[in-house]
Amino acid sequence: MLNVDSLSFSYGGKQVLRDVSFDIGENMVVSVLGPNGVGKTTLLKCICDHHRQTTGSVKVDGVDVRSIGRRELAKKIAYVPQKATASHTTVFDSILIGRRPHIEWSVTKHDKEVVWDAMTSLGLQDLSLSYTDAISGGEFQKVQIARAMVQEPSIIILDEPTNNLDISNQHMSMHMIVDAVRSRGISAIMTMHDINLAVHYSDRFMFIKDGTVYAYGDSSIITEELIKEVYGLDVDVIDHKGMPYVIPRTSPAMVNGPSHMHDHAHPHDVRDHIHQVYRDS
Amino acid sequence: MNKGATADGVKDYDRFNHRKILYLGILGILFLAVALISLCIGPTNLSVTEVLDILIHKDDSWNSYVVWDLRLRRIVAAIIAGVALGSAGTVMQCVLRNPLGSPFTLGISNAAAFGAALGIIILGGGTILGQSVATPQVDNPYIVTISAFVMAMLSAGVIVLLVRITHSSPEMMVLAGMALSSIFSAGLAFLQYIANDTALSAIVFWQFGSLSKATWGDLTLTAMVVAIVSLYFLSKRWDYNAMDTGEDIALGLGINVGSTRVLGMVLASVSTAVVVSFMGVIGFIGLLGPHMARWVFGNDNRYVIPASMLIGSTILMVADCIGQNAFSFVLPVGILTSFIGGPLFIYILIRRYRERC
Repeated sequence: MLNVDSLSFSYGGKQVLRDVSFDIGENMVVSVLGPNGVGKTTLLKCICDHHRQTTGSVKVDGVDVRSIGRRELAKKIAYVPQKATASHTTVFDSILIGRRPHIEWSVTKHDKEVVWDAMTSLGLQDLSLSYTDAISGGEFQKVQIARAMVQEPSIIILDEPTNNLDISNQHMSMHMIVDAVRSRGISAIMTMHDINLAVHYSDRFMFIKDGTVYAYGDSSIITEELIKEVYGLDVDVIDHKGMPYVIPRTSPAMVNGPSHMHDHAHPHDVRDHIHQVYRDS
Repeated sequence: MNKGATADGVKDYDRFNHRKILYLGILGILFLAVALISLCIGPTNLSVTEVLDILIHKDDSWNSYVVWDLRLRRIVAAIIAGVALGSAGTVMQCVLRNPLGSPFTLGISNAAAFGAALGIIILGGGTILGQSVATPQVDNPYIVTISAFVMAMLSAGVIVLLVRITHSSPEMMVLAGMALSSIFSAGLAFLQYIANDTALSAIVFWQFGSLSKATWGDLTLTAMVVAIVSLYFLSKRWDYNAMDTGEDIALGLGINVGSTRVLGMVLASVSTAVVVSFMGVIGFIGLLGPHMARWVFGNDNRYVIPASMLIGSTILMVADCIGQNAFSFVLPVGILTSFIGGPLFIYILIRRYRERC
């Protein structure tokens, strides 16, 4: 379905992506993981052909994304960015914009039915004629996902789909994405920061480091060593109902020192305290 | 999927859209009514039936001259200017993602005013033939018009080049427009300072936007440009809707955001420059039209673009009618639009703010 081969991208003289290659099959949810600034969002934008000064190739259903027009590409790949602006537009109209690649001059009955079906599957029917600048963050995220769905793409690409959502809405969003993928037989690629949330909902995991794919596979690749190498963080990876569960060894409280040490403690005292905690543990 | 529920949901949406079409229709009726009333009111008062009769049977009578050559020409000028400035303001606000985007924010009007002053003083278009300062005629109006147009396009060109070369954000475009506006204002002040009395009168008169300046020939040329640009804007209504949700989403929907933005800016500038060059500076229509339209229709450019055109034209016709008839002298429409537009714009902003709180 998606084949990325030797993809590289430089911006302002700095190489952001370097020789990235991977394949994604049908009906697959892939999480792209890694620290801030390693090129996760850039990778997604290169796949969508938003960044055009790339070398290598990106193929969707065997077609090079640079060989077709943007509009044709929009029928194959839907992109949900991290930041979207709520406008004074109704929920129905906001989702209907997703039909833009299919609309010639005016909206057809079929376009409207596709929008309504997507709204129904995401539970947005009651908000149909509400304005998007008057709905909650979780509801707005549903609108973004619905808009991507009505593009009827082969792949949905999402940049941090759980960003700024509470825990309940995070899981609801992930459920919706997985449902959309499974029910339509498409694939999804999404950048994630929460590894444990990604583990719950993803089939494959891609760890990015220094602008290239450091590790790619199923959940068995998530090990303490990998997290240390990619994030530079000491963690424990425990088995939780057959899935890896990542627990940082250094909690924020330990790094900052206990609250009673905040006011007077010398930095060396805090470091010694942390070393003491490690030795004790 | 439940077909009945789908049909109901789509029907509700259709009803919602039919209501918007009805509002557009009401605006259209208001527009026609104002046009008809403007044709009737004046020193020579005419009834609606008389006006309709004259419109159908044009003859050589005084009344026919008043309706066709004096009033209708100004009404057509108001329609063209309203359509051009209303749609240009809507598109600029949309592609710049800034509610303050308008031909004036980007320095186009000030550039045109500077160009006109340059034409009057330097290029020799500026000997006033008439005795009264309030009704001066310029020797060669086309020198002034062309000079104004060239400067307006230069201003737009500089902004577009800036965007192309530096990949500036929409916010940068607005700031660059303000800087250019300031430069052209300074240039205009300099020309006014060195101008003699007659040239100064011509410059000041030109700056007052007036619907009486353009001849039928000028209006035909302006109408052709404005019609082509307006049709382009209407054809791009979906792209503007997509851009309203954000650049990344628009790109993901297959829209070439860069070229849509630049072409929208250039065509809005052309449309404005043509109008300003023939009619002078007419303020606030590019802000008032779109904001009033959004108040009624939300941000859906399928309705906002035509509504801005209708509202812009209607406001201009009303302002012109007041300017022609309410005082013992003729007040240029540009002064009235700014007088009415400023407070009305503040009222709309406060009203919208309250609605959202």
